[in-house]
Amino acid sequence: MDVACCDSGGNKMNLTKRKFDCLVIGAGGGGLRAALQLSQADASVGVVSKVFPTRSHTVAAQGGINAALANVLPDNWHWHMYDTIKGSDYLGDQDAIEYMCRAASNTVIELEHSGVPFSRLENGRIYQRAFGGQSQNFGGDQAARTCAAADRTGHAILHTLYQQNIHARTHFFDEYFALDLVKDEEGYILGAVAIEIETGIPLLIEAKTTLIATGGAGQLFYNNTNARINTGDGMAMALRAGIPMEDMEFFQFHPTGIAGKGMLISEGVRGEGGYLVNGEGERFMERYAPHAKDLASRDVVSRSIAIELKEGRGCGPDKDHVLLKVDHLDADIIKKRLPGIRDLSMTFAGVDPINAPIPVCPTAHYTMGGIPTNRHGQVVVPEHQGAEEPVPGLYAAGECACVSVHGANRLGGNSLLDIVVFGRAAGNHIIEYLKENRYHRPIAEESVDYALSRLARWDKKGDGESVDSIKTDLKKTMDKYCGVFRQEDVLKEGVEKVLAIEERLQHARLKDHSKIFNTARIEALELENLMDLAVATVCSALERKESRGAHSRIDYPERDDKNWLKHSLYFKEGRRLEYKPVHIKPLTVDSFPPKPRVY
Amino acid sequence: MKFLIYRYNPETDAEPHMQEYELANVEPGMMLLNALERLKAQDETLSFRRSCGEGVCGSDGMNINGRNGLACITPLTVLKQPVELRPMPGLPVIRDLIVDMGQFFHQYRSVKPYLIRHDPDPEIEIKQSPEDRDKLDGLYECILCGCCTTSCPSFWWNPDLFRGPAALLQSARFLMDSRDQGTAERLDELEGPYRLFRCHTIMNCVDVCPKNLNPTSAIGNIKKLMVKHHI
Repeated sequence: MDVACCDSGGNKMNLTKRKFDCLVIGAGGGGLRAALQLSQADASVGVVSKVFPTRSHTVAAQGGINAALANVLPDNWHWHMYDTIKGSDYLGDQDAIEYMCRAASNTVIELEHSGVPFSRLENGRIYQRAFGGQSQNFGGDQAARTCAAADRTGHAILHTLYQQNIHARTHFFDEYFALDLVKDEEGYILGAVAIEIETGIPLLIEAKTTLIATGGAGQLFYNNTNARINTGDGMAMALRAGIPMEDMEFFQFHPTGIAGKGMLISEGVRGEGGYLVNGEGERFMERYAPHAKDLASRDVVSRSIAIELKEGRGCGPDKDHVLLKVDHLDADIIKKRLPGIRDLSMTFAGVDPINAPIPVCPTAHYTMGGIPTNRHGQVVVPEHQGAEEPVPGLYAAGECACVSVHGANRLGGNSLLDIVVFGRAAGNHIIEYLKENRYHRPIAEESVDYALSRLARWDKKGDGESVDSIKTDLKKTMDKYCGVFRQEDVLKEGVEKVLAIEERLQHARLKDHSKIFNTARIEALELENLMDLAVATVCSALERKESRGAHSRIDYPERDDKNWLKHSLYFKEGRRLEYKPVHIKPLTVDSFPPKPRVY
Repeated sequence: MKFLIYRYNPETDAEPHMQEYELANVEPGMMLLNALERLKAQDETLSFRRSCGEGVCGSDGMNINGRNGLACITPLTVLKQPVELRPMPGLPVIRDLIVDMGQFFHQYRSVKPYLIRHDPDPEIEIKQSPEDRDKLDGLYECILCGCCTTSCPSFWWNPDLFRGPAALLQSARFLMDSRDQGTAERLDELEGPYRLFRCHTIMNCVDVCPKNLNPTSAIGNIKKLMVKHHI
């Protein structure tokens, strides 16, 4: 390793450098699954993570991971595929969805073999529970497709993947923050510039391939279920490298965040038999989704709750939430299947669900949009004649990517599946790419300068607004102007507000200029990332003049397949939007053409 | 509400000091992490780790009024004022409430915290009865926050030799797993007077674990296996 003596002002002459076959940015389930695939294939892998890997947000996933194992009820991957396409409101790419649903069973079995402590059935096989949007036989009876480790499935999977990476001797850069991708004139991605948070020293990681696996951007919203670290860093890096963001207008609001606090209450609670009631004690989901009731898709349930609240049928003095009842279930079931939920509810709502219902309301949860990729994890952009040309050397997987398997609305239990299936697929494709691209390309100096300038910008001293106040304003603005229900004039105002906040950010200053573990500086860099994504989200939402999945326009209440069965692509430069077709054709089976979506 | 917080920045401070803070408008239901974030909005140099804010990621372990815990699930109402916050003891301080957890993770990695199998994998899952799976409850839920290990006097005295409660809990998690086939190598690795046997059942670990796990009992079970292993 070179000796480090680079100041953050950008003395790149002495920049510390490391070289890898593959640089993985992000150490959640997607990044770790890819890293494992690569390490086991004897590729050299460096994993950069701004937090210690087991702190990544995969750890907070609760209910489970979908796979048609048919351990509890009849099931097969084709039914899973149908449910996923219907759940996506037909915006999901059917080839990628077929790939994911076919791969699901083996992927889950592989996780089990690696040590994930799944809950078990009497016959020793993996326990599966019912989740929203699942059906047998293409829209028939409720299915039970979600493989669970109690209600701590994400924790179980993330820790197991990290442990397997320890076994495989993957190289970790714990608590390093990636600033920007390094890109040459021919468009190859050559790695990234990161800083070691502990020392503030920048590091250039040269890599033949780079996988972005940095997760979602839930911190765009004030009321969210996400960890503080979910600031969309990788998506914003891609945007700055000229790569568009796909389908950013589709942001999932989870029906059951703890009211006023945001912590997620798993859909598994309803899967185990819980249900929602309004202020009049009515099981209102029976009105909105007579067949699936409380286990309709998340977008449907969230909208239903929002309507109940708007029409004055909420609970509590402010009628600002509904209640999630589980107290009719056996106490032992709650303790055994939902121990984490019980803890969260007692800690944050002051309610033991064994005795009383949990106050909940729709809360920003999941970024369906992201970096456009194909089913191999390659980042694809419109270029020359093609709508989807791979960016050489660049991959993305997990919530930061848009394959797109979730389309306009993700089904519960498909997120953990997405990260392991496409983390693994990306790993495999990278191994092939490395065979053809055996040497590092010369580093592009200008690109390194650009990344370092991001750091130098925050060295400026003097008066200026604080990062914290701008961040709070941005998040509250997103809540107010880009929430569950949207409309033209509100979105227009939202775009103006967000752009005004972007302008304020230019003049913000840090008071803390120290190099050692400067968390204020990290938060400033994160806010810049959120800022780019907020603009992408409101601009994409303003343009899409239809209602589909999670994007619900009061002024355009119907889905419009004639004009809008297409993916949005937002480019940072010029805040430009382009569109590309949805992959309606699956890999081997017949297409599922769009039809009205009823639960 | 009054706070007294350990401050140390090696770039500017010759030695650590305690700094007073005061927070107005404490709302009902606020957790200590919320308070710290508001204090940081006033003074952005105040440094601590945090992420999930709901007690599952393990980032914000710290010493709160003399006792290790997670800031995000510690309600302000249970805290005596001034609330004294210090970094977790027994590890080098990087800055303010942030400690260098290198030694902690080194001990974790040393116990081979992964499933060891010698048999070829079956085509379906490796079957496990619900009763066997129940044996992992209380072991697998660890979030690696470090609260237990850094409150253990045996670890303070021998951080390089004693594995500490978190790592040993992890060792038990695999020893108790009916699917694991590494029992002998796991126990061999824990041989000697320090790695396992420095646990003197002081039980600070049990007292502080924010997930209500019981490393002392897990260590007791490993010791029993060790005796069997030798017979």
